[in-house]
Amino acid sequence: MDFATFLIQCLNALQYGLLLFLVASGLTLIFGIMGVINLAHGSFYMIGAYMAYALAAPVAAAFGGGFFSVLLVGLVLAVLLGYVLEWAFFSYLYEREHLQQVLMTYGLILVFEEVRSLLVGDDVHGVPIPPLLNYTINLGSTMTYPVYRLFISGVCLALALGMYLVFTRTRLGMMIRAGSTGSFQREMVQSLGINIQFLYRVVFAAGVAIAVLAGMVAAPVSSVYPGMGNSVLIVCFVVVVIGGIGSIKGALAAALLIGVVDTFGKVLLPQAAGVLVYVMMALILLWRPNGLFKAG
Amino acid sequence: MNGMNGMNGMSVVDSERGKFVFTALVFMALALVPFVGGSFTVDLVTKIMIFAIFALSLELLVGSTGLVCFGQAAFFGIGAYATLLLMPSGAPASLWWLLPACIALAALYALLVGALSLRTQGVYFIMVTLAFAQMAYYVVHDTPLGGGTDGIYLDDKPTLFPSLLPGLELRDPLVLYFLIWLCLAATFVLLALLLRSRFGRALLGIKVNEQRLRAAGFSTYPYKLAAFTLSGGIAGAAGSLFAIKDGFVNPALLSWHFSGAVLIMIILGGLGHLRGALVGAFAFALLQEFFKSEAIFGAFAKHWHLGLGITIILCVALMPHGLVGLPAQWRERRARRTAGMRAVPAEEPAS
Repeated sequence: MDFATFLIQCLNALQYGLLLFLVASGLTLIFGIMGVINLAHGSFYMIGAYMAYALAAPVAAAFGGGFFSVLLVGLVLAVLLGYVLEWAFFSYLYEREHLQQVLMTYGLILVFEEVRSLLVGDDVHGVPIPPLLNYTINLGSTMTYPVYRLFISGVCLALALGMYLVFTRTRLGMMIRAGSTGSFQREMVQSLGINIQFLYRVVFAAGVAIAVLAGMVAAPVSSVYPGMGNSVLIVCFVVVVIGGIGSIKGALAAALLIGVVDTFGKVLLPQAAGVLVYVMMALILLWRPNGLFKAG
Repeated sequence: MNGMNGMNGMSVVDSERGKFVFTALVFMALALVPFVGGSFTVDLVTKIMIFAIFALSLELLVGSTGLVCFGQAAFFGIGAYATLLLMPSGAPASLWWLLPACIALAALYALLVGALSLRTQGVYFIMVTLAFAQMAYYVVHDTPLGGGTDGIYLDDKPTLFPSLLPGLELRDPLVLYFLIWLCLAATFVLLALLLRSRFGRALLGIKVNEQRLRAAGFSTYPYKLAAFTLSGGIAGAAGSLFAIKDGFVNPALLSWHFSGAVLIMIILGGLGHLRGALVGAFAFALLQEFFKSEAIFGAFAKHWHLGLGITIILCVALMPHGLVGLPAQWRERRARRTAGMRAVPAEEPAS
């Protein structure tokens, strides 16, 4: 492997890892704060990708088109979806056992997939790369790298940074941190006069919006196909398990690690690429049963 | 579980007898199916009985030990793939070594997965078992071993007693039906006896309060590992029977959708009861047939997942104790209502 190829694989690993981080961060936040294990989180990624495909025509008719206005409209819809879902469905899951949460959100996946199939069908679709970003840069003498992939990494990094700032520098972040250390903390936070229901709704809507955004941004690269949410969901579980449940820092580290292992695994050991990530998870669990960034 | 504590001694004795009569009736009814039903019914019930064995294997973990395993389909799939891969081409193998070999392979994988994943708890355990099942899925999906997405076909069926009873062939749907009926009954009796033994009591203790059991001097890890391995073996047996019945395996047998489906079976039936797994397997399969039926839903039948998904959500929300818990749930509600009615007139003179 020469240096240019190595660099390209590094960039790919970074892009995949950051994308995983976006989806996994919502999963781990929702679990850490509300104690809900949400299998349907991968569906939000799928919904995002399908939005990027299906919203293109109506948005073009209404606002004159453009990938970025699609992103904006999709984000608004995602926040609405998250808010309504929390109010209508997830708020009933907080007091239930994990097993019941697993099953009810599993039922939700089936509903999402079928509604998607009813609305847009079961075909595989491509989403064009926005013309503004549709060119490549040269790496070395013969290799090129698409700018759009760099754009994905940039968006993910910006979001990660934004999340970090919200967590550490704002009042909302303080409330989230206060609420996320354990279920008994819930009453504590509430007794301090914080509207925990509103906090939950905001966090859930934000988690959905981030996953939807990840799906929309990834759509031009990964194409749009049925069941795409499920494969992402399982890898995100691995991210959350390796990183430590509820830990954003852990999710970032684990997502990047998986990005590297998966990308280089596909190049160096193509037969075992699908299994490598899980083998790594097994090894890390042997060493640290509670993930990398979780004490106790 | 809470209901059990509230029951008095009499009703426990009553319901013990009731349970036995119910289970015996179910098995007798199953034995009569081939004499009244057509070939479609026999085929469907054969499939459902295999699912019931599979559901029983998970019930041992989730309902009896409190370990929520979300990767049970891996053991089922390994049993199924092993059946077709171990079968020598040309000369059909005897069932009497093929089935135990498949069980052993599935149990071995369960032992490995259990040894690792039982170090974790709660949600971690759910996710880790899921991830290990995905690992097995990718092994059969991506490597030449499993034939990829297309799966493997096999025409031969294992032999039973080729020299003693040459006429008794698994190709005959009735012979297959009763073989699987016997396997289901054997699994049920085995688990029922096991749960009444010292080992079963220890598993129940782990489910109710593992900390306390450890404080009482039990090392819980070996018990959990034994339960996990046994469960994997039983799931492997179900998978092997499934492969023998269909003569076809594909990676979907190991998919997490199947792991989810079997979890739903036991939840639907009612956790903590072996007969819950039995009832749940039937209820789930019949629900699936109902939503898939084009006679009822017409062209919409291809979207059967939608109805199934909504039903699952409603069932979990409205029947927390499953189908076998429904009588108790109704009784409790009626008792509460009559208690409420009695409470109101009692208050009136005071006010």
